[in-house]
Amino acid sequence: MFDSITLGQYYQTDSALHRLDPRVKLVGTFAYLIALFVVDSWVGYLLAALFLAAMIRLSNVPFRYIVRGMKTILFLLLITVCFNLFLTPGEVIWQFGFLKMSREGLSFAIKMALRLSLLILGSSIMTLTTTPTQLTDALESLMRPLKKIHVPVHEISMMMSIALRFIPILMEETDKIMKAQIARGADFESRNLVKKIKSLVPLLVPLFISAFRRANDLAMAMEARCYRGGEGRTKMKPLVYQGRDRVAYGVLLLYFAACIATRVIF
Amino acid sequence: MSMIKIQKLIHDYIKRDDEGNAAGTVRAIDGVDLEVKPGQFIAVLGHNGSGKSTLAKHLNALLFPTEGTVWVDGMDTKDGANLWEIRREAGMVFQNPDNQIIAQVVEEDVGFGPENIGVPTEEIWKRVEESLKAVGMLEHRKKSPNRLSGGQKQRVSIAGVIAMEPKCIILDEPTAMLDPNGRKEVIKAAMKLNREKGITVILITHYMEEAIDADLIFVMDKGEIAMQGTPREIFSQVKRMKELQLDVPQVTLLAYELRKAGLHLPASILTKEELVDALLGSEPGNSETPESREQKSDASGEPDTEADKKEEEAGNGNQG
Amino acid sequence: MGIKVDDICFLYERGTAMQVNALDHVSAEIPDNQFIGLIGHTGSGKSTFVQTLNGLLKVTSGHIYYNGEDIDGDKFDKKKLRSDVGLVFQYPEHQLFEVDIITDVMFGPRNLGLSAEEAKRRSIEALESVKMPKSLYKSSPFDLSGGQKRRAAIAGVLAMRPRILILDEPTAGLDPRGRDEILGLIADMKRELNMTIILVSHSMDDVARYVDRIMVMGGGKLLYDDDPVKVFRHVKELEDLGLAAPQITYIMKLLKERGLDVNTDCLTVKEAAQEILAHRKELHV
Repeated sequence: MFDSITLGQYYQTDSALHRLDPRVKLVGTFAYLIALFVVDSWVGYLLAALFLAAMIRLSNVPFRYIVRGMKTILFLLLITVCFNLFLTPGEVIWQFGFLKMSREGLSFAIKMALRLSLLILGSSIMTLTTTPTQLTDALESLMRPLKKIHVPVHEISMMMSIALRFIPILMEETDKIMKAQIARGADFESRNLVKKIKSLVPLLVPLFISAFRRANDLAMAMEARCYRGGEGRTKMKPLVYQGRDRVAYGVLLLYFAACIATRVIF
Repeated sequence: MSMIKIQKLIHDYIKRDDEGNAAGTVRAIDGVDLEVKPGQFIAVLGHNGSGKSTLAKHLNALLFPTEGTVWVDGMDTKDGANLWEIRREAGMVFQNPDNQIIAQVVEEDVGFGPENIGVPTEEIWKRVEESLKAVGMLEHRKKSPNRLSGGQKQRVSIAGVIAMEPKCIILDEPTAMLDPNGRKEVIKAAMKLNREKGITVILITHYMEEAIDADLIFVMDKGEIAMQGTPREIFSQVKRMKELQLDVPQVTLLAYELRKAGLHLPASILTKEELVDALLGSEPGNSETPESREQKSDASGEPDTEADKKEEEAGNGNQG
Repeated sequence: MGIKVDDICFLYERGTAMQVNALDHVSAEIPDNQFIGLIGHTGSGKSTFVQTLNGLLKVTSGHIYYNGEDIDGDKFDKKKLRSDVGLVFQYPEHQLFEVDIITDVMFGPRNLGLSAEEAKRRSIEALESVKMPKSLYKSSPFDLSGGQKRRAAIAGVLAMRPRILILDEPTAGLDPRGRDEILGLIADMKRELNMTIILVSHSMDDVARYVDRIMVMGGGKLLYDDDPVKVFRHVKELEDLGLAAPQITYIMKLLKERGLDVNTDCLTVKEAAQEILAHRKELHV
């Protein structure tokens, strides 16, 4: 039951995007996000939206999965829009009581909404087409230069992937502990803030103890399987750039240049 | 040369008080000598606290002797230079199915060991496939471990260990957290590896039905080896086993009660067929002993190679 | 008095593609003062079933009545239900969290609104029922052995004075002596405290020895609900469910097959020995 709660909701299928090296997707997503803040004209936003539409098409992921990510920020989106709509000074075009909507406000609000939406949708594409393992591998590879300044890149990556692996397990354990304490009359639904915090103790203490125990067991198991850090390790699934990845980088570069161009021209 | 050789092993744990200062010691192992030959299937029985888990951890150098020596395939565990080679040759599977799986995909977890010892990528894939096949989990290779049952997770862990091509596998209470079906799966997989690939298997357990098919049993109590022998020799000593806080098979217990009441039954009955044969007189071709059951399972299923045939002949010759 | 389960169903992941019928039209009556064994393979629905009995899980359809009242009714006090129907989960020692045993056992009674003195009194009673040495009352859970921790956790539920006590696999992970101790303890509790005990287990041998009634679940359905001797006659059907009859049953059946006219309803070594000795003259030895 808890297995479906993986971060980012990877959607299993085959597509051009799925086949790309995860590093390209990671870098590409960042580039797209930055580009979203570079553009500032309607042409620019149109470009960004078209690019996203192309990516959605390439991903072979059903549309309803992609918009799922929007549900979470819908509320935030609404608030942002309202704030910008009514609190931006300028030429008033509509008024309701003390709420003044200005032309600049309208324009700003729509741009904000677009940015946020494209941002969320863009990141969703990445997590829908890349497994958590691939993402941590990509991060490890991209961070490798940091080794020169003694950043423990391999260890960080190993920690991340172990954490991801244990999230469903710890969630299930939280559920079990909660049920056991509820069976002893514990109340996790109190409205009172103090009571609510106090009620977390019978939940968190056993959870922490369990987490430490697991960590201990896991460390022993890793040592028993000859784990001794990153030195001398080979990879079962090494990341190797293919022709299509180079093409993808090229496309990204072009897109980024085009975004800058819209900023300059429009 | 023996696979495992232990001489005068003593292990003390340091007790710590609330501030973490040393406050005396607890002697977990108090003078153990034992030897395991390559290819054997050994069971180490004992109640919780008898020292069996501590002993297990000496076999792959997770713990070091306070006194005495442990040799694994001729290598002294105290010698730091041998550490990783010992751990590669003596692989260990632990009790908790979740707490030894590292990766989010079955095949990646099996590859973890080979990655650690620097096996080239292509070779890793070969080993992962072979190992998963050997434990019957190949069809689940792309699954997340969270979708597996306890028995399946333990089999994946066994695959992860044999992917490092060890000479010996140590299973430290691998079935304690499993249901009866899971237990059967795991023991079957371990037996298969022992019989078909000649890997030495050391099973630490307190379930005596898992030890019935072992070549040799060591029973531990208070950090010492209290009894050792073949399953028949061990389980027929019903009173002693009870003193050591262990069970014997219900059949053996029943035979014991009947003997107490005056029936002349052999002391070492392990299966219900043996009991019924003894009570009613055996029918031709009907008696099944652990040894003959083993031969039957060897002969069924896989096609006979020349080597298999020779082995069976040799085995038959030894069956006086 | 007791619980009446009326045609309940429970669906996991309702409305999604992954909908699972964990309970499929189950009906049963749980009276006072009975020793019940609930057996079933993993996934049979037995864990889901016991969690509906104390209201932890809400049934998708059907009704559960406690002492005649519908537990999902508006006026029903679920908190009282949870103290009357005590549930001890698997590996209950994982729920211990207080600084010492006595305080942890007092958690339940305190949650019921009892005063500190009354809670303490009940906790001491509960700890005595599980035969916990007085010297350990002030110990931290970390200082106890596995078996002791488990007994402390059981005491934590007993202190709520349940009329019905459900124990989910109380022998999980214990060695033979630990198993015998816990089961003996439970049998003693049944005798001394006059409550209904539901023992959820995989082990036929354990269950056969102690209970008055066995409920067998498979695929979300209640397949058998009868006294042990009658249930274990269905050896083939039990095996098809991934379960087994007690080992003794197999021995007696084999004897019967080979011509010895024994009563195959024996469930323990003692009964089997007596039955075999009764046919002494027909034996080969």
